[in-house]
Amino acid sequence: MIVVGVIITLIFAFLWARDVMSPRRKRAAEPEPEPGHPAVAEAEPERYDRNAFLELTTLGLGGVITAVVALPVIGFAVLPAFTRQEYEGVDLGPLDNFPENEWREATFLLEPSAGEVSRRTVFVRSNGDVDGVPNMTIISNRCVHLGCPVQAGGPREDQDAETFQAGDAEVRLTPVQPANFSCPCHGGAYDTEGNRIAGPPVRALDRWTFAIEGGNLTLVAPYSVGEVEGEGANAQIEAYQLQGPGEHVDGLSAFLYPIQAQDFE
Amino acid sequence: MAVAPPPTRRRKRRMDKVVEVVNIPLNWLEERSGIVGGVKYFLFRRVPRDTNWFHTLGSATLTAFLVQAGTGVILAFYYQPTPDEAYESIRHITHDVTLGWLVRGMHRWGASVFIILLFLHMGRVFLFGAYKYPRELNWIVGVLILPLALLMGFTGYLLPWDQTAYWATVVGINLNGTGPLVGPLLAQFLRGGDEIGAETLTRFYALHMLLLPGALFALIGLHLYLVVRLGVSSPPWSDEAAGRERPEPEPSGDGGLVRPRARVPGRPRGE
Repeated sequence: MIVVGVIITLIFAFLWARDVMSPRRKRAAEPEPEPGHPAVAEAEPERYDRNAFLELTTLGLGGVITAVVALPVIGFAVLPAFTRQEYEGVDLGPLDNFPENEWREATFLLEPSAGEVSRRTVFVRSNGDVDGVPNMTIISNRCVHLGCPVQAGGPREDQDAETFQAGDAEVRLTPVQPANFSCPCHGGAYDTEGNRIAGPPVRALDRWTFAIEGGNLTLVAPYSVGEVEGEGANAQIEAYQLQGPGEHVDGLSAFLYPIQAQDFE
Repeated sequence: MAVAPPPTRRRKRRMDKVVEVVNIPLNWLEERSGIVGGVKYFLFRRVPRDTNWFHTLGSATLTAFLVQAGTGVILAFYYQPTPDEAYESIRHITHDVTLGWLVRGMHRWGASVFIILLFLHMGRVFLFGAYKYPRELNWIVGVLILPLALLMGFTGYLLPWDQTAYWATVVGINLNGTGPLVGPLLAQFLRGGDEIGAETLTRFYALHMLLLPGALFALIGLHLYLVVRLGVSSPPWSDEAAGRERPEPEPSGDGGLVRPRARVPGRPRGE
């Protein structure tokens, strides 16, 4: 597609250049000076050094004043959007709420002060203890195609959902039994490790790092995933810094997204 | 058909008096600003005699834009661009404020009408070849107006702050994010951070209310200036020779605005 476009552009660029430089056109473009109208119409007014100096000073000072006013405004308009997001850590309640090998859909407020707009959802599965340390699979519900919420494909036990206060915010846990995860917007589908199995997504679902604080499961920060090999506690996860949906993290296409917003402090 | 009686001398004198009274303030204005001559130049400029209804699409688009501007300003009296208040204030406009449903409906449907007319107008100009010399620059200005109008639609769509608005904007911003190289930065700028939230809503509001309308007003003004300066083009099937000489502009003063200029008998109209 692109190649065809480039070829068409080049052909027409060549035709245009030939047309512009053809002698016939040159003759038409330079009409004979009409009689009675001398080519030199007016003499340039005499210029003094002072004129040039004042001109430069006006332009220079004007430029400086514009820069002094405009630069902070532009910085104020653009830069705040690029400061790194701080993740405070989200308390999901006691570890006992997450029985081994069962999925829970957890919804919580990422930033309780921001209100409902910061509501996020993760799918949590406990993989049991590995060397005495709890191992969890925590998958974000943000579709990595264009950011719609993915749903658990399978039974959902709303009647067993429980809402409780964890830390300073409310958390809601709903038991689900996903055979896969799928997105309602454009049909992206993922297996239970978050790997893409169908549709337009370009990588596996994002995950969260976690910590156990005072016996409570705490979400630390989200990160992006290229691909997951293996399952549960044995999963080998290709982890990357958090990227926006639709951005490639691995392979050649990743070179299309060299600068990440998170790189700006 | 009744034939109007010839004006009596008294009526004629009364008419002259009225014209004089109307002309006093107009002349005052004209002498100090030249604006009356400008308006006359705009109103009585020559137009090809074989224009047709398709030539009205531009004015129709302009009308749709002005409706959007007017209704938008009034909606801003009641709308509150914060995550907690936005949806409630839209509900308030629709259900509580007198005629709020009508003004919001005009703005909502008018947005689609504006975009549709914009494309029809563009199609007319393209198919009539009206973008050709010397009107290329006006086509370019129109090409700049088009994405600004689409951005108006994109930023305005978030403001009701309901589920449709929120998820459509999530998808829209992330679509921008998939653009190579600059995509992630653009998405970051539109979101006002890593996550869609209060910052996104306020910046979409500011873009929708201030930046984009300002740019649109400026570009539409330039567009109209070029239309008036270059004149309206004949349709492609016109028999009239192209590139007719432009007539001398109307002299400023009191002639021609409140009563038509005396027409030389035997001279066809518009020559």
